[in-house]
Amino acid sequence: MYLFDQAINFVTSPSVFFFVSIALFLASIEFAHVWTKPKVAGGIAVALVAFVAYASTKHQVAETLSKPDNLPIVIIVALLGFLYWLSMRQAVVNDDRVAAGEPVKEAAEKNRKVLVWPDLVYTELIAMVLCVVVLVAWSLLIRAPLEEPANIGRTPNPAKAPWYFLGLQEILVYFDPWWAGVGLPGTIMMGLIAIPYVDRNPKGNGYYTLRERKAAITVFCFGFFILWLLLAFIGTFLRGPGWNFFGLFEDWDHNFVAELNNVNLSQIIWVDLLGQREPKFWLAREMWGFLAVGFYMGVLPVLIAMTVGKKLFRELGALRFGVVVNLALLMAALPLKMVLRWGLNLKYLVYLPEIQTNI
Amino acid sequence: MIKQAGDWLRGTQVWKSIFRHGPPTTARNRTMVMLSNVFLHLHPVRARASGIRLSFTWCMGGLTFFLFLVEAVTGILLMFYYRPVAASAYMDIMALREDVPLGIMREIHRWGAHAMVITVWLHMFRVFMTGSYKPPREFNWGIGVVLLVLTLLLSFTGYLLPWDQLAVWAITVGTNMARAHPVVGYEGPGANLLQVNGIALVHSGDDIRYALLGGRFVGEATLLRFYVLHCIAVPVMAMVLMAVHFWRVRKDGGISGPL
Ligand code: HEM
Repeated sequence: MYLFDQAINFVTSPSVFFFVSIALFLASIEFAHVWTKPKVAGGIAVALVAFVAYASTKHQVAETLSKPDNLPIVIIVALLGFLYWLSMRQAVVNDDRVAAGEPVKEAAEKNRKVLVWPDLVYTELIAMVLCVVVLVAWSLLIRAPLEEPANIGRTPNPAKAPWYFLGLQEILVYFDPWWAGVGLPGTIMMGLIAIPYVDRNPKGNGYYTLRERKAAITVFCFGFFILWLLLAFIGTFLRGPGWNFFGLFEDWDHNFVAELNNVNLSQIIWVDLLGQREPKFWLAREMWGFLAVGFYMGVLPVLIAMTVGKKLFRELGALRFGVVVNLALLMAALPLKMVLRWGLNLKYLVYLPEIQTNI
Repeated sequence: MIKQAGDWLRGTQVWKSIFRHGPPTTARNRTMVMLSNVFLHLHPVRARASGIRLSFTWCMGGLTFFLFLVEAVTGILLMFYYRPVAASAYMDIMALREDVPLGIMREIHRWGAHAMVITVWLHMFRVFMTGSYKPPREFNWGIGVVLLVLTLLLSFTGYLLPWDQLAVWAITVGTNMARAHPVVGYEGPGANLLQVNGIALVHSGDDIRYALLGGRFVGEATLLRFYVLHCIAVPVMAMVLMAVHFWRVRKDGGISGPL
């Protein structure tokens, strides 16, 4: 058990956890036809429940879970796990039907019109009753939290945002607040709204399928599962006092002080690599950062359009392609920045206190 | 016996004045139910079998709306007891907790709020996985995204109201980011360039965070602002958009299905 606990702590250290999750996610897309088989999925579910039961015997996990506001993240992960299976299962079954030359299940039902009373109205009624039962039970079992009265003079450590914004608070570790708190949420919202206008694939409208829109599903689920929920999960369970990182089963050490040795790109290149002083003039000092960001957001899309994205570019046209690629690059910027932080201790690519802008 | 009582009831003038059709046992009467009731009339009379299958929609949009209604009812009950001033807010919550035997309105309101955040995300996930955002439903997807943001804002503004340490610090952390808003936040990009004769135009006493909080810190004014946002402004916006959302579900051809 000791070895197992150590292994879990290792797997839940920041970089490992992140990459293991990405690998598992990509595998879940690639091998959807395997793990969605009811028997396999049931086995996975049992193993996960057993793990959660074991984990909640651990002191720190139990402590975190005893805060009732931390429960929703567990609930949504569990529900989403089930619904991800349900949608992928239906997708796989539909894809098999298409491969066998049959119409998808929804198409077979399409021409059968049913009366909404009673078929739908009763389903809704039952759903509402169940919802009330669950809410009342939840409310009877767990009291709404009330801590000491507000005191602006006493900062709790760690001070955490509500669970549904913890992803953003986690991003704050890697990005400047203007980007983590304002730029990125705005981009996410605009990006979501843009989806129907840039996804020109006419297939997969109104039925479950994976094969016909694999790329779209992969990108969306990657953003939702990894960049949003996983980060919120990390913020809830793995971030302790001082916003330091702790393995899942580690106790939070309030005296732990992490070394802060993050440096900016200008220092890495001018001082460490070229052995010079940093130039005084900001444009010269930050030129590497500008080059990097300019290349990433300006040149890379063109390169992609000319090489791997040739076909997509032809299909979408310049405007839509530009939006898609830039959104995708912004999305990829988050894991990239994390890697740069873990690998090079990089703080900012561009550091401009002159205009309070860091990237 | 019961059947006789039922028949008698359905024969009374009162019953007939409310329900203008016979028992919903025939196709005609089942149609009449849907058409003559303003709430049921949100639905079509007939729908594609695929669209009402539980494993297709998971009923998540409907549950989100239902939870919104639960929140409205329990929220109104809480408003009877809660005063949004720093001197009494915490005491009022305490009183709800200590003085009401078996009182669970606050619990239902709080867990219902969390549940609504959960269901709205799962609803979005379902809509994505069935490709239901594709034409002709592009616009309704956009309305949905705004509804998602409003749901989060509802939850977030309510989080402050108990006025305990949890509330104040969660909101402090959450609103700190507004300081960094480009140009209008005093620590944000470009804000320090806006100066006249060396006097900053955007500072901690007039930037966007100040407008949000009604002060430099989360305090008395913030409580009132968040209360008004939570109980009036955001719910009204959400209601209007939900009306549009439901209308468009119908106008875009009902729940999506293969073309
Ligand atoms: C307060 C939040 C919301 C409420 C109350 C709500 C309610 C509903 C309801 C009752 C339906 C009917 C079908 C169903 O139950 O699945 C629906 C459909 C739909 N919703 Fe929402 N919704 C909300 C948020 C969203 C969000 C966040 C999105 C997407 C970003 C969205 C996009 C859509 C779309 C595109 C449809 C049509 C689906 C189809 O035809 O299959 N909605 N919504």
